Amino acid sequence: MVAEPSPKIVIVDESPIRAAILEEGLREAGFTGVTHISEMHNLLARIYALDPDVILIDLENPSRDVLEQMFQVSRAVRRPVAMFVDQSDAASIQASVDAGVSAYIVDGLKKERIKPILDLCVSRFNAFAKLQDELDRTKSALEDRKVIDRAKGILMKLKGLTEDEAYVLLRSTAMREKKKIGEIAQSILTASELLK
Amino acid sequence: MTQPLCIGFIPLVDAAALIVAVDKRFTEAEGLDVTLVREVSWSNVRDKLNIGLFDAAHLLAPVAIASSLGLGHIRVPIVAPFNLGLNGNAITVSPALYAAIMAEIDGDRFDPMVTALALARVVAARRKAGADPLTFGMTFPFSTHNYQLRFWMAAGGVDPDEDVRLVVLPPPFMADSIANGHVDAFCVGAPWNSIAVDRGAGHILHFVSDILVRAAEKVLAVRQNWSEKNPQVVAALIRAASRASEFIEQPQNRAEAAHILAQPGRIGVDADVIKRTLDGRLKISPDGTMRESNRYLLVGREEAGRPDPMQAAWLYAQMVRWGQASISPEAIQIARSVFRPDLYDAALGRESEPAGTFGGIGAFAGPPFDAEDIAGHLKAFAIGRWKP
Repeated sequence: MVAEPSPKIVIVDESPIRAAILEEGLREAGFTGVTHISEMHNLLARIYALDPDVILIDLENPSRDVLEQMFQVSRAVRRPVAMFVDQSDAASIQASVDAGVSAYIVDGLKKERIKPILDLCVSRFNAFAKLQDELDRTKSALEDRKVIDRAKGILMKLKGLTEDEAYVLLRSTAMREKKKIGEIAQSILTASELLK
Repeated sequence: MTQPLCIGFIPLVDAAALIVAVDKRFTEAEGLDVTLVREVSWSNVRDKLNIGLFDAAHLLAPVAIASSLGLGHIRVPIVAPFNLGLNGNAITVSPALYAAIMAEIDGDRFDPMVTALALARVVAARRKAGADPLTFGMTFPFSTHNYQLRFWMAAGGVDPDEDVRLVVLPPPFMADSIANGHVDAFCVGAPWNSIAVDRGAGHILHFVSDILVRAAEKVLAVRQNWSEKNPQVVAALIRAASRASEFIEQPQNRAEAAHILAQPGRIGVDADVIKRTLDGRLKISPDGTMRESNRYLLVGREEAGRPDPMQAAWLYAQMVRWGQASISPEAIQIARSVFRPDLYDAALGRESEPAGTFGGIGAFAGPPFDAEDIAGHLKAFAIGRWKP
């Protein structure tokens, strides 16, 4: 069996980390011809110069509408672009929109060759979203810890408590008020600012 | 019982009736709990409406028709039970192109035939001098902006596919693109023309109402099958949007409406720029020249909210003229039936059609539009991509 050449893939994404994650995944799966475009200026000209078979773009990118122009029969376009031309592709669209990515495929590329690219793309985008989410949570946990430490300091100073006692007071107040410890700590900080 | 709804929109002044309906709680009064989602591209709005992430959307009227015909994408039948705006776009040109057109002007500079002929002379001179073709920005292949630019320049003899370059640009990028010379001109909705003028990067050459007296612009769009399953919700949405459009059209409410629309999560630009748009009083040149028109953007007056199938037929005719759609009686019927005055009339308790007192398209060139004979109508235009 003669292997078909790897399709040329362009990733249009302003997030360098997400693009790197996707690019790595595609390379691992054996797709070698992957290029990342992060600069939106003159996007179509850049894409025409690369002449890709598949274009992947994130949905937060306003330049997605620019790509829609490639559907049009125009002298500027060498190869027509098609995306999900039949109704059976509705599920693919759903999965990719949910993940926050869209794919444009140049006519002539076989459907079974597109599927693994798209699946990989969706899973990597979902993985990135999860990573981002975890990062945000870690950040806010760190932020909380700082606030709690400062609130403990204030309680220790004003009420003559030990560190453990200050923490117990914060925690029991949070439980009574049905709030997070971080929120109670923040209100102590705000109050102490006001009373300065 | 409140009905939760998720509705997508693009930050443009012609989303006013939708945004005001929600933020003035007219939708809440109708028993709807609406979450508005601001989007960055028409492709996203279309896709999220098509797959059901959105229940309804602020949508370019031609996209609703293209989606129903399956042009450029999968076919998902869409209906438009409310028209969010008529007109509202403008053509802005760079200071250099403005000077070049004005040097060639022979007649009234607000007459689109005069400017189109002047543009044709500018284009011919550039070709002779071996200069790059002019580049015009517009917002989407299936957009009123695309068709309005094409209609205007073709009337003067400029072939939009051969003599100039038409490129899609996201509206928020328009002002930057004309300032840095990436485009020479663009056609876009409010507030982006005013923003380019305020920055000294462009002159408003035309309000689109110079080109077409009455042109459907954005619609409130829902999936056809969803509308059939949720007729009460659709009716409630129509009533809330209609109430908002009446609110916006009262001059004493304009400041409040502009303030609502200016919020960061909505359109997010200066309230003053938005108010100028609603009032139809725009600064058209960086030197402060103002122009006023009572046809700049119609949100609710002159029956603007009532979807008119004749408008849908005109937009479909432009798709045919420029090679986006092939002509067939079935397609004409599908296009027309996207616009649903029956749903509008039923929701607002109107017994009969209003008499057609507000007229048709009113294009500045060619014969009056004949929705019954699109092929015959298109034969009157010399430049086009379709074959009879």
